[in-house]
Amino acid sequence: MLYTLRKTFILIKVNIKSNYMSKCFVLCLVIFGLSSCAHVKEYQKSRINDSEMSLSNRNVEKNELNAESYREGSSGANGGKTGGGCGCN
Amino acid sequence: MKKLSLSVIGMYLMMAHGFSQAPVADSTGYKPKKLKLDEVNFVTSYYDQTADKSAVMGGESGPRGIANVTDFASGLDLTFIGFDSKKRKNTLALGLGVDFHTAASQAYVDSNGTAKNNGTRINPTLNWTRENEQKGTSFGLGAYYSAEHNYYHSFGLNATVSKKNKTNGEFSLKMVGFFDKINMIYPSEFYPVDSLKNTQSSDSIVYRTSASGQTQAFLYNNGQLVGDSKIHKQQTPTKPRNTYTASLSFTQILNQRMQGGVELDLVYQTGYLGLPFHRVFYNTGKDTIENLPSQRFKLPIGFRLNYFLGDNIILRSYYRFYVDSWGLVSNTFNLEVPVKITPFISVSPFYRLYIQSAARYFAPYKEHKEQDQYFTSNYALASFTSNLFGAGIRLAPPKGILMKELRVLELRYSHYMQTTNLNANIISLNLTFK
Repeated sequence: MLYTLRKTFILIKVNIKSNYMSKCFVLCLVIFGLSSCAHVKEYQKSRINDSEMSLSNRNVEKNELNAESYREGSSGANGGKTGGGCGCN
Repeated sequence: MKKLSLSVIGMYLMMAHGFSQAPVADSTGYKPKKLKLDEVNFVTSYYDQTADKSAVMGGESGPRGIANVTDFASGLDLTFIGFDSKKRKNTLALGLGVDFHTAASQAYVDSNGTAKNNGTRINPTLNWTRENEQKGTSFGLGAYYSAEHNYYHSFGLNATVSKKNKTNGEFSLKMVGFFDKINMIYPSEFYPVDSLKNTQSSDSIVYRTSASGQTQAFLYNNGQLVGDSKIHKQQTPTKPRNTYTASLSFTQILNQRMQGGVELDLVYQTGYLGLPFHRVFYNTGKDTIENLPSQRFKLPIGFRLNYFLGDNIILRSYYRFYVDSWGLVSNTFNLEVPVKITPFISVSPFYRLYIQSAARYFAPYKEHKEQDQYFTSNYALASFTSNLFGAGIRLAPPKGILMKELRVLELRYSHYMQTTNLNANIISLNLTFK
């Protein structure tokens, strides 16, 4: 288990160093770091509360996400499945 | 004196009444509410795939490697909501999903292509959440079960906690465990042979379990088949596969028009992680069954950022970086742009780009060497790029659609293209009743 973890983190390190993803990652951290500055009151949330602004997947996407997780090697971090089941055909 | 005494007694009684701690009725008129059906969601979809290089045929691209799939899936979710005496919101969600599929590759579990090529999957779910809206906390528990044809049974459990902060942020932690059982159905040339040999007459009985789940007993005499019987039943052996996930997420409202979120999953899988009917052909032409390590650690991290541009356009963006202990690295970019035609009708074109590197155990058809320790020719673990695009329409008029109970109708079409020659179309419909 520890060996597996170590190998995974080495892979992350190599990949983050080797491409521009590090910039995206830092940008996201900065955005969330600045988040404490914003204070939106309830009456100012008309746009934020719009159903299209939801941060979760749509119900109608459910089976599409399942198909992607079966046809591709990666899954997770999208509110969908991370394991379990076969989808082997 | 009598008047004075009466006045003092009267004042005392007034003060006593003023300071009394007698229970008073709740001025808000709050009463607990029993669980009541709040929402019904129905999702149905049709998936149609054309592909070759099936994992069952070890990535062969000829007619025997065809991996065409159709899948008709439907799911019904019922949500019940109630409030207890402490004003906590209780949500009970019951779900049932059923899907029917046909898979050309499944027929080749039997080497002559005659195995059953269709199947059914059912998956009931049950989730309960208790939310304290005053404290901004919630706690939930859930269970999940899934069974696909004869291939596997899966049982899952989850627990969730979340906490909202005063600056419009929410943190949540979800722990999930899936406990699968994989039925060990092998390609026909690798059927486990249980022979009762009579050395004098060279007779034997061979038991075979096919992809359709039937176990047959074949009677041989001097190497010639002289009879078969389906009456003998034996339990197909199974192997376990367990998946444990810790999912951490944080969402934050950034300003009046923008909100974002980060989700990190830590996934650990252990057990039989290959599939017994996936063939691998060595460079010598000999075939075997895929063999993969018994452990896999996955680390996906996803970022979402939604922005309300002007009055009618919304930008929904998503990026995910994924890496695992099998050497597979992927990047996913997703952009959806809902355009509000009216306040209650929106059209949403979308595009998704996915780029994946191969797992270190993958090699195409007839490229593995016999001395390899781990090997697979499943193209889900190959290096490829995929593109997905399409559009959806969402109708949510406040007075309902055709009837007042039908509050939301969503229709979505997408086309999926993989550089491995896999193409798919999927059309989905979601109806929400209140």
